[in-house]
Amino acid sequence: MLASDIVVAQNVAFGIIAAVMVLFALRVVSSSNVVHAALSLVMVMAGAAALYILLAAEFVAVTQVLVYIGAVMVLFLFGVMLTRAKLGRDADLNNKNWAAGIPVALLLLGVMVYVLIDGLGDDKLDVTSGTAASTAAISDLIFSPYILPFWALSFVLLAAVIGAIVLARKD
Amino acid sequence: MLVNQFLILGAVLFCIGVYGVLARKNAVMVLMSIELILNSVNINLLAFDLMNGGLEGSVFALYIIGIAAAEVGVGLAMVLLIYRNKKSIALDELSEMKG
Repeated sequence: MLASDIVVAQNVAFGIIAAVMVLFALRVVSSSNVVHAALSLVMVMAGAAALYILLAAEFVAVTQVLVYIGAVMVLFLFGVMLTRAKLGRDADLNNKNWAAGIPVALLLLGVMVYVLIDGLGDDKLDVTSGTAASTAAISDLIFSPYILPFWALSFVLLAAVIGAIVLARKD
Repeated sequence: MLVNQFLILGAVLFCIGVYGVLARKNAVMVLMSIELILNSVNINLLAFDLMNGGLEGSVFALYIIGIAAAEVGVGLAMVLLIYRNKKSIALDELSEMKG
């Protein structure tokens, strides 16, 4: 490996972001306070946005901040508020046999890590020369070859908006 | 950097999300765990995107973000409806379908 192949700054940044994301993701699934879990989820989303910038995908990172941290988290906090969740500690957030989830998740993780190391052992990722994905190029892709999934997504969003209104209104 | 760094981080987040879906009783918490799972998939897509030098991964990551927004909207509307009818969003009390 050449000295120029070792990208110290990117690796340090990745390490910090990954540690923060895993830590707060564990808090999302283990916190006994609904609001704390929601705020931990914000940190995970922000870490994901930082990773997207590291992966040279600025437009996706900005969209992540706008849609997830902006809109989805507000929806979650409204959901917490409207279902009158107990603010503060709530010991009744887990199933009674929640511990059965741990071996399932660990087994899944073991299988996936084994397959990834076996299949993509030392494939390199060139984060330094990765051309910044220009927003114009992404829009060219969305609006010409991938226009059909875009239409489908538009209909899904329309149906979701109408469905959410129909479900949630009082009468 | 290795592409596996990103993929294994995605796998770890995915498994944390799966644990959350299995272990949580509160419906809003289950929806939050599903968001964790969708985010880990996005990290994978963008890592492969950079590895292959294309842009398709970014496009599909954007579609996933859109679908996730729709899913949270409908999901929370359903949770509100359940709360209004049963005064509780504990998933183990929803046994009408004998699941």
